[in-house]
Amino acid sequence: MATLPAAPAFSIEQFLEEERGKDLLRFTTAGSVDDGKSTLIGRLLYDSRNVYEDQVRSVTKASVNRSAGPIDFSLLTDGLRAEREQGITIDVAYRYFATARRKFIIADTPGHEQYTRNMATGASTADLAIILIDARKGVLPQSRRHTFIASLLGIRRLAVAVNKMDLVDYSESVFQEIREAFLAWHPHPEQCYFLPISALEGDNVVERSARMPWFQGPSLLEYLETVETGAQDAAAGQPFRFPVQRVIRPNQDFRGYAGQIASGAIRPGDEVCALPSGRHSRVRSIATFDGDLEEACAPMSVTLTLEDELDLSRGDMLAEAPKPPGAAAHFETRLVWLNQKPLDLKRRYLLKHTAQLVSARISAPQRIDVQTLQSAPAATLEMNDIATVEIETSKPLFFDPYVRNRITGSLVLIDVETNATVAAGMIVRAVAAHASKPSGPVTTAERRARFGHRPATLFVGPRESLAAVLERRLFDRGCMAVWMREATPEGLRALEAAGAIAIATSPEPLDLPESDARAADILIERLFEADQKFEKGGGI
Amino acid sequence: MPRLSYLETLEAESIHIIREVACEFQNPVMLYSIGKDSSVMLRLAQKAFHPAPIPFPVLHVDTSYKFREMIAFRDWYTAQIGVKLIVHKNQEALDAGATPYKLGTSRCCGFLKTQSLLDGLREGGFDAAFGGARRDEEKSRAKERIYSFRDTRGQWDPKNQRPELWNLYNGRVEPGESIRVFPLSNWTELDVWEYIHAEKIPVVPLYFAKERPMLQRGDQLISPELDIIPRLPGEKPVMVKCRMRSLGCSPCTGAIRSEADTIPKIIEELISFRRSERENRVIDFDQEGSMEIKKREGYF
Ligand SMILES: Nc1nc2c(ncn2[C@@H]2O[C@H](COP(=O)(O)OP(=O)(O)O)[C@@H](O)[C@H]2O)c(=O)[nH]1
Repeated sequence: MATLPAAPAFSIEQFLEEERGKDLLRFTTAGSVDDGKSTLIGRLLYDSRNVYEDQVRSVTKASVNRSAGPIDFSLLTDGLRAEREQGITIDVAYRYFATARRKFIIADTPGHEQYTRNMATGASTADLAIILIDARKGVLPQSRRHTFIASLLGIRRLAVAVNKMDLVDYSESVFQEIREAFLAWHPHPEQCYFLPISALEGDNVVERSARMPWFQGPSLLEYLETVETGAQDAAAGQPFRFPVQRVIRPNQDFRGYAGQIASGAIRPGDEVCALPSGRHSRVRSIATFDGDLEEACAPMSVTLTLEDELDLSRGDMLAEAPKPPGAAAHFETRLVWLNQKPLDLKRRYLLKHTAQLVSARISAPQRIDVQTLQSAPAATLEMNDIATVEIETSKPLFFDPYVRNRITGSLVLIDVETNATVAAGMIVRAVAAHASKPSGPVTTAERRARFGHRPATLFVGPRESLAAVLERRLFDRGCMAVWMREATPEGLRALEAAGAIAIATSPEPLDLPESDARAADILIERLFEADQKFEKGGGI
Repeated sequence: MPRLSYLETLEAESIHIIREVACEFQNPVMLYSIGKDSSVMLRLAQKAFHPAPIPFPVLHVDTSYKFREMIAFRDWYTAQIGVKLIVHKNQEALDAGATPYKLGTSRCCGFLKTQSLLDGLREGGFDAAFGGARRDEEKSRAKERIYSFRDTRGQWDPKNQRPELWNLYNGRVEPGESIRVFPLSNWTELDVWEYIHAEKIPVVPLYFAKERPMLQRGDQLISPELDIIPRLPGEKPVMVKCRMRSLGCSPCTGAIRSEADTIPKIIEELISFRRSERENRVIDFDQEGSMEIKKREGYF
């Protein structure tokens, strides 16, 4: 669906070659209802020849009664039936288009004041946001909300499009006033490209407008085609982070860790550190279907093999050895509440972060007023609220602050009863253990949060060598594990009470492989499976 | 480090999705429609788990009205890459004589595709099913999530979808519920062809232009290969150089006149088109918004 190149010179080989060089820009759109977002996107697609004839036909005959010119561009992008009947867009829709220079993905989000959650969703994967402002209305409270959400979600490039210039006689002073008003509360001119447009008439959307000779800048599409968001470079420039998604072990000779590089780059021979164990190793190979690679960088999906057997599993992380991520079970986090059911501080939520699913409790919410940017303590959070909260997790997470890393800094909360995704979180920093001082006796939950596992007793049969291997393995993973040589029931109970994983021999042999290493693998797998089930059941 | 091209970016994202599902679900399956999108999806699955084999089976919902070349390709290709193939048919409906002519296209699809798919998923006890749908295919798909949640009857509620942020997918389901997963959500038709070209992925020969005997009905070219297709009085197939732009059931999939007999030529044809790919599917002309209605009922 790319723009058709000029016919005579066209060569398909050359076209394919050019295609290979194109990169991808993801952007999102924000504006209040009726500011003209749908019209703008329809116009962008239509004028850049990214709309098929039959789509135009089907829109021309669509049975909706909305005021429009000959083609209602907004209908090109309006999706679902219910929405078409209501005449408003109510969710996030994704559009795809391409020009001779770039490929684009638009996350088209509706402008209703209540739909903060949709905008946050669209912004989470975007490198740039178009903020639409109606020239007649100027900068509204919603414009401020949209800009705030965009920067909260880490977008550092804004195209501020002052729309409906045709209705204000293409007046330069109207445009300049809006520009100044906007910069008055978003004093980051280096992030913003301001431009006057008419989505309906097409001025400065794809073609530069002859009706606004006072404006010399590129059209919106030219800007989108050339702007450097630096998103990929930024991710590639950060320290190496590799959340392990899956262990690939087709046979005895191959043990690879599959994942998508969250940031940085890696080469065979590079030293990495594994979390949570903290053990170091070197990358032996970067294995892919297309052969081993000399180098890989974010956001590639690869499989790494290491020089040493480190016993990693899903949810662990490989990181650049001299610059490891933070590891903590207590964070300050920005939260956008996405669900109708408000936050309940008494309940536990499931938290998904990279490839980890853990149980979490929320405390100390400070709701942020999007207009004043002031925060105030709140008893709960409702849908579309934005807040700073503290989160405590049942296991440590390996993270970077969201402002530095959108992958290792982001998380979602899931309601254990309804399974709904109820909140999106952006990690600010770890909270030092002494920052909040709980009083009273130490609880099982606190021990669990510290050690990252439940207390347990593991009987290994009569093999002392297995007990020793198991203790070493668990200890290296960061577990509080103790092999009790002269085990007594009281002794084991005391260790459990202390939150430890107690290991003891027992007279009856167990049905386990002969190799201590294999047997330990199996026991550890079972232990953490039980731990996971426990988590899935809703926690302590 | 060179920056990733858009295709490499899409590939990395899709592989991440496929691995997530394989890790978080008990019993995933990949829907295999034999078309170009399925071929790309299978290649991505190979890449996701390499050097291990694809850890889940593929399921083909066979209406029994697919082109013969599709079935031959299916059996050859799945054997070639060593993935387990499950074929499901709604035999009851077929025995009762279900055809698009007796039932109308949408009811026929209802029995042989939608119903059959739901039965196939239930019989296999699958809790996640990959599909090759792309958001750019059709307007109602533009809002589809990558993980699309389905209730115990396999139905989709467009108002009650889970927000999806970053690359953090929520795969929690209760017993009986399931998700459909669309790892190609962010690909366009052109991306798919360019990837097939770059990766040299085999596709069904029906995509390539060739002289074929065809029934010419108004603007539409229908393959006469199945004898359930009623003939008009005096109607005879004529040889037409044509190809399929998308593959489906032979009575309901129109061919287009074309000279494109290589992938670069297909791509060239594509970028000179201004018609969206489903136009050649007879089924989508039924009713405005028909895809959305089918999806609510459980269709992919
Ligand atoms: N005069 C004028 N009207 C516009 C312009 N852009 C949009 N509109 C109209 O404003 C109304 C709302 O536009 P729409 O695109 O549906 O807004 P959305 O709610 O932001 O998607 C429609 O009647 C459009 O025709 C413009 O540049 N000039």
